[in-house]
Amino acid sequence: MIGADISIILPEVILAVSAMALLMLGTYGGGDKQAVLINWLVAGLLFVLGLWIMLDPSEGEAFNGAFIADGFAQYTKVLMLWSAAIILVLARDFLQKRELLKFEFPILIALSVVGMMIMVSAGDLMNLYMGLELQSLSLYVVAAFRRDSLKSTEAGLKYFVLGALSSGLLLYGASMVYGYTGTTNLGQVAEVVAAEGVGLGLTFGIVFLCAGLAFKISAAPFHMWTPDVYEGSPTPVTAFFASAPKVAAAAMFARVMYDGFGDAPEAWRQIIVFISIASMFWGAIAAIGQTDIKRLMAYSSIGHMGFALVGLAAGTEQGAQALLVYLAIYVVMNIGMFAYILCMERGGRPVTQISDLAGLSKASPGHALALTALLFSLAGVPPLAGFFGKYFVFLAAVEAGLAPLAIAGAIASVIGAFYYLRIVKMMYFDEVGEALDGRLSLSHRLALGVSALAMSVAWLPFLNGFGVVEISASAAASLVQ
Amino acid sequence: MLPLLSIITFLPLAGALIILFLVRGDSNQAIRNARLTALWTTIATFIISLFVLGGFDSSDTGFQFVEERPWLGFLTYKMGVDGISVLFVMLTTFMMPLVIWASWGVENRVKEYMIAFLILETFMIGVFCALDMILFYLFFEGGLIPMFLIIGVWGGKERVYAAFKFFLYTLIGSLLMLVAMIAMYWDAGTTDITALLNHNFSSETVDLFGWQIIGGFQTFLWLAFFASFAVKMPMWPVHTWLPDAHVQAPTAGSVVLAAILLKMGGYGFIRFSLPMFPIASEYFAGFVYFLSAVAIVYTSLVALMQEDIKKLIAYSSVAHMGFVTMGIFAANQQGVDGAIFQMISHGFISGALFLCVGVIYDRMHTREISAYGGLVVRMPVYAAIFMLFTMGNVGLPGTSGFVGEFLTLAGVFQESTWAALFATSGVILSAGYALWLYKRVVFGELIKESLKQIEDVTPREKMIFAPLVVGTILLGVYPSLITDVFGPSVEALLAQVDAAQVAASQVAMK
Repeated sequence: MIGADISIILPEVILAVSAMALLMLGTYGGGDKQAVLINWLVAGLLFVLGLWIMLDPSEGEAFNGAFIADGFAQYTKVLMLWSAAIILVLARDFLQKRELLKFEFPILIALSVVGMMIMVSAGDLMNLYMGLELQSLSLYVVAAFRRDSLKSTEAGLKYFVLGALSSGLLLYGASMVYGYTGTTNLGQVAEVVAAEGVGLGLTFGIVFLCAGLAFKISAAPFHMWTPDVYEGSPTPVTAFFASAPKVAAAAMFARVMYDGFGDAPEAWRQIIVFISIASMFWGAIAAIGQTDIKRLMAYSSIGHMGFALVGLAAGTEQGAQALLVYLAIYVVMNIGMFAYILCMERGGRPVTQISDLAGLSKASPGHALALTALLFSLAGVPPLAGFFGKYFVFLAAVEAGLAPLAIAGAIASVIGAFYYLRIVKMMYFDEVGEALDGRLSLSHRLALGVSALAMSVAWLPFLNGFGVVEISASAAASLVQ
Repeated sequence: MLPLLSIITFLPLAGALIILFLVRGDSNQAIRNARLTALWTTIATFIISLFVLGGFDSSDTGFQFVEERPWLGFLTYKMGVDGISVLFVMLTTFMMPLVIWASWGVENRVKEYMIAFLILETFMIGVFCALDMILFYLFFEGGLIPMFLIIGVWGGKERVYAAFKFFLYTLIGSLLMLVAMIAMYWDAGTTDITALLNHNFSSETVDLFGWQIIGGFQTFLWLAFFASFAVKMPMWPVHTWLPDAHVQAPTAGSVVLAAILLKMGGYGFIRFSLPMFPIASEYFAGFVYFLSAVAIVYTSLVALMQEDIKKLIAYSSVAHMGFVTMGIFAANQQGVDGAIFQMISHGFISGALFLCVGVIYDRMHTREISAYGGLVVRMPVYAAIFMLFTMGNVGLPGTSGFVGEFLTLAGVFQESTWAALFATSGVILSAGYALWLYKRVVFGELIKESLKQIEDVTPREKMIFAPLVVGTILLGVYPSLITDVFGPSVEALLAQVDAAQVAASQVAMK
């Protein structure tokens, strides 16, 4: 019996064991001299695991329903594994140049990915918490990875303190759910909810759970840590924060709500609608005043999480699908943006001001064109892929009878469009100030070019949206059943 | 059969890709190649579109040249034209070669300029051909990107402000329309425009927080579409982006904006608002008359006081579009016929007027009216051309402007005497500002030192104006050339609207 369980969590086991083995290799095998090798090994391993999960989707439940490997978990796992692998490849250059490439970095990333994989597969609140903490603890460390930088240390500390607080909220919520349903297993919670409905005590539990989860996906009003942590962390870490952990947290959010309380959407819909509207608007409005592109991306991610939550608020299978489609598009856009942001240098020193991009269309027209495609996609202008993400979430919202939410989303995305356009304006309308170095290594050029191209041509009939629509539909079906 | 509509829609995009990938470097040869590629692409598009017109059977009121394919698994790619849209397609393909040719003087980033215009053409043709709601939306909104860049990169001093205003104004309207489209999809279960035209959207009164919303669901949808099309049109009071955009855009950008982009709003009203929400359209007709009458009188008065030639023409565009909205919601044969006619004619006339401004702007680099005067002395041919289009703008019989204004006024008069009365006063005012502009720019003595060396129109400019001159006069003296094309389609559309309105009033009687 235990053998069957192990076979279901085999990818997680392999990743965890490999991470520990590589830690040994780093410690006893020459320390940071092995860092580049370990970086490549981890990136390769993440990629292969993603490929394996995609090609051999063995589904099932392990450990009495505490661990669920279904289409939903597999979809998000592939997304997380691959984006983490790409970020590791992109990070190498940046970290090496600044002598930050310690062998612990890829290992911490690998461990956080293990945590995320458990999060999205968790069928039990305890299991979910363990995955979450494994992920969070690894992330606290990488946020403060540049030890001699005040900002980075501050970012790490801030993230840690606030993260611990939110974990506390989540645990408290979990304990209330346990107190009022007598179980921590999401499937059994659902049975109790179906039989007895949601009472006042359980509602409190849900509210605390939501607060904790909203913190993890940096949705307003629990977003305060995001801009500081994004700005202070080394850029590769920021890039990582903006991709895989967001997917994991959003998927976990959906898992808890659908699996645990799917029969009583009215108990939690109001909360999601509120955080969703707050995030969309706050992400859009607060971004207007930003001058630092990393901070801007932080607010952009807050806004995008708000849109993703519109799908969750619908509480339907359509909504889950919309959430998954949105996350996939969001991750690709972010990787493309950060592939360039990582290479923004002047005289070899990294710069992160938006005004540094002035006149880019003259200095390096190719990069400017790719960034423009990504920015219009982030703004959700058709025919770029970002539009289809918004289309899906709005569709789900209207079908669930939440038309006002869709209208709020429409208005927020106009406000949001302003600051994305501002960057386009910098690149195209303004004169060149001091030119950036403009050198991109092959991997960065590939990441930027491929993501921009993918966002621009996804609508072509023969590409068929890269099949994301169909895969996400079956993934959503497996979540809702 | 060849998918002709897809070919003319995507041919310009192919031209843009050719320029992007095959035209290398910044040499004079490369710039020349970019220009010629763009020109020949647009000419080829025009020629192919002639086959569409040639093969079009105007007695058939349904959609023709229909193409339908599943797309992305959840959408349908459906294209087709009826008597109404085929003319807008023709207008677009006809104007684009002229626009490209008129841009020979652009020296800055020629490659990107041509690419932007070609992509814009794809989106514009797509809007008029799309028979799937979401496809329509994609084209409708996608056009914002190239136009944003055209205004922002090649525009005048205040170009950044104008580009942002243009983009954000239009975007907020369109996104509300998107939500409405999703609601329609949810209600009707399809995004196919032909099916939606036959779908009855509920018009039962809805109670919203104690407010009785007459027309219910239709009213909400109508308002959302109105938000989008009224901005695009543009109608008073959401017209303020237009003068800014026009003044700051390069000449070719202004021409495209006035001749084609504004028509998308009117086309949208005719394609969506009127036939799909007939009850709400009837309910809001008075409201539209009011806004249109204000637009006509108010913007004509504003135009009178302008010191910038382009701004004056921009305000006159808003006034002329007032006739169009009025005509559409009069919902009778003359009104809608007149509205469509007015849009086509305004495409020629306002496009030509902006080209006229471009001619003297290229020479003097100013658009101040006071900087000119007495041009007729040095530029007799120019004075004659400008005269013709000024008269067209005024609505002089014999030019196409007259037919459109007359038909819309005749249509509106049957529905509302007051609206027609105010609108007619706009005709007089338009004579005022247009003739006064002409007098100040062209007549008088040539006393300004800077103007003494100004040259008359070049052969290239003459060739650009020639088709527009022919078009304006031809439509003026022989309007049935195009009314025969769209007449039957309009008739069928109105019959359907009437039937729906009658059915609704019978329900109300019971």
